[in-house]
Amino acid sequence: MNGKYLYPFLAVCLLALIAWVGSDVFGLRLLFGVILPYAAVVVFFVGFVKRMLDWARSPVPFRIPSTAGQAKTLDWLPQNKIDSPFTTAGVVARMFLEVVTFRSLFRNTKMKINPDGRIAYDLEVFLWLAALAFHYTFLVVLLRHARFFLDPLPLPFEILETIDTFVQIGQPTISLSSFVLLAAVLYLFIRRLYIANVRYISLASDYFPLFLIIGIVLSGILMRYFFKVDVATAKEITYGLTTFQLPALAKLKEVGAIFYIHMFFVSVLLAYFPWSKLMHLGGIFLSPTRNLANNNRAVRHVNPWNYPVKVHTYEEYEDDFREKMIEAGLPVDKKE
Amino acid sequence: MSDLPKNDELFSKLDHRPSGGGDWMDTPIDIRPGMYCYTANPKSMETLSAPNARKWNPMEEDWLLPDNWQEIIHEGLKDRLERFRSLKIFMDICVRCGACSDKCHYFIGTGDPKNMPVLRAELLRSVYRNDFTTAGKIFGRVAGARPMTLEVLKEWWYYFFQCSECRRCSIFCPYGIDTAEITILGRELLNLLGLNIDWIATPVSNCYQTGNHLGIQPHAFKDMLEFFVEDIEDITGVNVMPNFNKKGADILFITPSGDVFADPGTYTCMGYLMLFHFLKEKYGLDVTWSTYASEGGNFGFFTSHETMKRLNAKMYAEAKRLGVKWIIGGECGHMWRVIHQYMDTMNGPADHLEAPVNPITGTKFENAASTKMVHIAEFTADLIKHGKLDLDPSRNDNLRLTFHDSCNPSRGMGLLEEPRYVIRNVAKHFYDMPANTIRENTFCCGSGSGLNAGEDMELRMAGGLPRANAVKHMNQKYDVNMLACVCAIDRAALPDLMSYWDTGADVIGVHELVGNALILPGEKERETDLRGEDLPGREEEADE
Repeated sequence: MNGKYLYPFLAVCLLALIAWVGSDVFGLRLLFGVILPYAAVVVFFVGFVKRMLDWARSPVPFRIPSTAGQAKTLDWLPQNKIDSPFTTAGVVARMFLEVVTFRSLFRNTKMKINPDGRIAYDLEVFLWLAALAFHYTFLVVLLRHARFFLDPLPLPFEILETIDTFVQIGQPTISLSSFVLLAAVLYLFIRRLYIANVRYISLASDYFPLFLIIGIVLSGILMRYFFKVDVATAKEITYGLTTFQLPALAKLKEVGAIFYIHMFFVSVLLAYFPWSKLMHLGGIFLSPTRNLANNNRAVRHVNPWNYPVKVHTYEEYEDDFREKMIEAGLPVDKKE
Repeated sequence: MSDLPKNDELFSKLDHRPSGGGDWMDTPIDIRPGMYCYTANPKSMETLSAPNARKWNPMEEDWLLPDNWQEIIHEGLKDRLERFRSLKIFMDICVRCGACSDKCHYFIGTGDPKNMPVLRAELLRSVYRNDFTTAGKIFGRVAGARPMTLEVLKEWWYYFFQCSECRRCSIFCPYGIDTAEITILGRELLNLLGLNIDWIATPVSNCYQTGNHLGIQPHAFKDMLEFFVEDIEDITGVNVMPNFNKKGADILFITPSGDVFADPGTYTCMGYLMLFHFLKEKYGLDVTWSTYASEGGNFGFFTSHETMKRLNAKMYAEAKRLGVKWIIGGECGHMWRVIHQYMDTMNGPADHLEAPVNPITGTKFENAASTKMVHIAEFTADLIKHGKLDLDPSRNDNLRLTFHDSCNPSRGMGLLEEPRYVIRNVAKHFYDMPANTIRENTFCCGSGSGLNAGEDMELRMAGGLPRANAVKHMNQKYDVNMLACVCAIDRAALPDLMSYWDTGADVIGVHELVGNALILPGEKERETDLRGEDLPGREEEADE
């Protein structure tokens, strides 16, 4: 066993144990159901904003977009307006496609050496597919949870839920998103483990969020489909949290430990988020190779810390070589 | 050089799986001759007052570092984190998805896992975590952090000089993390300790003192161009003598000194001379060369941002002194990244110049309105489009061409169509390589960013494998026998690469093709191309 995934796995097991023992054995339901979630939300927002401000405040000395298509040059040459954007609109389009469709990841290829010695770079879409499935179903699951925090539930959320649960086998209705999310996150875990190069580059901090999210999804699925925690009671508690009406202790006792494990996992994820690689959520918007226009020669970019440097001037150069220059018939500024 | 393995030997032992599994942090560094460049000559370092100038040998245990070197690195990294948002973001948001891992030509050619872009960055990131993040300070190695040790420093040096700053990985990264940026700043840190290579430091010193990387003094520079003028006169019967340091010329022309110095770049240089002579005779356009700003390239870019600025300054300074209207730049890769993405910011605004307008065609180069420097391929493409050049493409009929997009013009500029347009108009047989190996997906020649020395030939041949492999494919499929390019380092590096991997192709600059096809006013009937080889259709006549 490799410590890089063993430690995070044990850490997530330990978190589950803490939440179970804490809520069930020691009865710290107020802590796990109220105090920690509040604290986590605060840490998340404060941390997220702090990180974003920290990045946003740091200067961008040079405009360094990676260009992935023909630049705007001569009128009659077709410019690639998205991958080599000249205008802000182009940059917005590039960023939109990047954030919404993971366009760069879609380019992914896999290098392979054929028996005839030719190296091929074939399209490899599975990472892109899994990443899309993971992020979008995560979003759907998140939005579906609005029913725990909003009352009445706005129509768009109703519609989303209707779509998400169109497959119905008995009770309760099945939310497809949860299972696709679980499949996607498992795929991401398995590929990290089984692709030799990806395993080699992986850190404990790559496995930890995966295990944590698997824990969140599993505890959610267990709560809904197996332990069948009473939705109305759960909602009373969570809705109480959003409206700052603390739930009664009796209510907190009605939901089982699985509820607190789920809540605790989510709290840990929220609190962990701003200090981790998960901040790619915010960072991608500030990436200087993507969010700048390729109009460098048309519009001057200003470096806020540009400073004068010592240069070897023409006068010094001519002083060094004047005689040779005159002899060679090269024009000089000073004859001697 | 003698230790360079045979191509099939190098190819057959390629293995892209990390050997032994294990942890990359535990894999000891193995500095191997053939894979690194000689260290900087202290004399060259002194020209620009670089710190810790001394003789040292990477194969020896002691690298003769200052006592407080760890502090210097720590402070240097801190300073750069505060000055470069790119560095900060790229240190923080990598998720190690592995999309970049097999995109690096050095990884493809060596199989060394530390040449995966993500690991190259992790070399620096691990120290960043240790020094600047809470998680790294608390959890240490579990959080991917490790302290800066001599071993780590050696790893940095070895692998930051096995990256050609080509940016291919950054195209595939979902967050645009650019290993070039990491290598550039990594090398900047190494330079704080005097850990440069000589193939960069000496050209930098030369460029600072004499105006160009090769240290060609003004009178010699003139002599060399005059040799080309003589050769051209032998071939065409026309004297194309250029202007030197001419005040009041319309345009200043700056190109890498490599093209003045060595084949086959010299033929590209002859192409420039012929083009400008043609424009002078036909349209009265007055172009001057400069012996002071006699370098288009900028090896300072491979040293530090400051060195880049110090070397680049003479372009605008010379344009101002000569009173030209605007500047044309020759075919070069990194030179154009510097001009396109850095020059105006560093040394502008160039208010003493005019927004470039081609007086022959009336075309306003709006894309260069602020920087006031136009790429020769843009310039020539515009001339051809407007029918201003007299061309005989049949003189290039013996060539079956493909085109190598250089890294920097592709991914740091977006110059993709102009050279192709020029090639198609000056030659008849042109075939593009497979899509995943050209344009924004192009592969490095394996020798970029100052790594085109002789002593690191194994690294260069390995790194150039993906490019050579694609050319060989073109040779087998379309009988391609010539690889065109718009980069002086390509012209210096690709011939060795093409022959090492038996691709069956030679290397040519786009403006050599132009020179061959261009019909000069009053020229005699040519019998040879610029290389002195019989023109197509002339071989039989010569035999008769």
